[in-house]
Amino acid sequence: MTEHIAIVGGGTGGTVLANTLAEKLGAEIAADKVEITLFNDGEDHVYKPVWLYVAFGQREPADGRRPLREVVDERVTIRHDYVVDIDYDRKELELVDAIDPAPYDKLVVATGAQLDPERVPGLADGSHHFYGEDGAQALRDELLTMDGGHIVLSVVGTPHMCPAAPLEFTFMVDDWLRERGRRDEFDITYTYPIMRVHGNEHIAEWADPRLRERDIGVETVFNAEAVDPKSETITSMEGTKLEYDLLVAIPPHTGSDFVESAGLGDGGWVDVDQHTLEATGFEDVYAIGDAAQTGVPKAGSAAHYQANVVAQRLASEVRGQPAAAVYGGKTICFIETGMDDATFVEFDYERPPEPSEPTQAMHWSKLAYNESYWLTARGLL
Amino acid sequence: MTTNQSQSEADTTVDARGATCPGPLMDLISEVRAVDTGTVIALLSDAEKSPTEVEEWAEKSGNEVTDVVDQGDHNRIHVRKL
Repeated sequence: MTEHIAIVGGGTGGTVLANTLAEKLGAEIAADKVEITLFNDGEDHVYKPVWLYVAFGQREPADGRRPLREVVDERVTIRHDYVVDIDYDRKELELVDAIDPAPYDKLVVATGAQLDPERVPGLADGSHHFYGEDGAQALRDELLTMDGGHIVLSVVGTPHMCPAAPLEFTFMVDDWLRERGRRDEFDITYTYPIMRVHGNEHIAEWADPRLRERDIGVETVFNAEAVDPKSETITSMEGTKLEYDLLVAIPPHTGSDFVESAGLGDGGWVDVDQHTLEATGFEDVYAIGDAAQTGVPKAGSAAHYQANVVAQRLASEVRGQPAAAVYGGKTICFIETGMDDATFVEFDYERPPEPSEPTQAMHWSKLAYNESYWLTARGLL
Repeated sequence: MTTNQSQSEADTTVDARGATCPGPLMDLISEVRAVDTGTVIALLSDAEKSPTEVEEWAEKSGNEVTDVVDQGDHNRIHVRKL
């Protein structure tokens, strides 16, 4: 009898998992003992970090997009459909376009995160962002045509994809303007919802003096309540109002509707055991990446490491062996500190991040990683 | 303020146990956005710094921490939206 492994979501987590499983279970797949199916609602695999560079005219959206079929091992079945619910008793997935439900014996949810700007009145119309292809291109066009003024980077929602990105954009736009000799025509303000400039204390301690020494205004305890596109103002629920000429916002994020409808967790985030990545209260269901409530950042590297752990666990389970692999919270992250330098952090559940002095070499390492990402997606790096 | 027994009842509860800082505070802020003025929210958090962070945020945002109850493995923090 064939064992069905279903993966919902073809982002970094789902794709790395599918490819790693295909490699590990190659013999079982060849013998028709295992079938791996990756469900994705679109045709392409997207590498989202490219969008930050699109905003500065350094990359094109197409650089971060490839057909999923080119990235995923041919031993994996890809189904372009949208999963809407789970029948846990029958172990079946309900799909939008298919008449028959899809069976599973092991299920991995890797549905990621999506933007939800409508939660703050005026935000969608009054702000730009770099968390999507269209948004990054619109932001690029705005930056290139600005004659000066006040740029406000506001972290409106947390958690959000790539916690370093708001700081990266702020450092990069400062440096980008300096390189053009136009920094004195602009004011820059960075806002964050809590009492420090980043959710992680160690990152905040490192970033705070660097923001201030570059004459970047800092507004902490700033939770955006409303944006008025006409008067170009953003107001916080703590009573602070900022006027802007360009508002770059990190919009609120939400998880998948499917997670909510399947009862796997509130807000579209799956409750999991942070070490085994098993969905709390459900048998044979795992979650990885942005969709999983692990406490680590919503970052591609975390999804990558989690995918490796779940691949090992599933391979063990298929072979009737104890699943021993556990996730220790490992996350790595490059942080751009300008257009030509960057730092790097590596941390886990026990060890906090310790940013080092930024270097040009680290910046080039990040660019090199961006190029080699496609090897990561294929499970080779 | 930390007490061993709850001195007030909450109108709504945010269970943020298991989340690391600043997750519990952000969950609380989301709930404050959603409720009416005068509502008392109970935040359940096992993050060590949550009582301090919530107190600082409440002071700056004009809300009120009415109670912090040590429940052993987590704190129950009551916040009134003002």
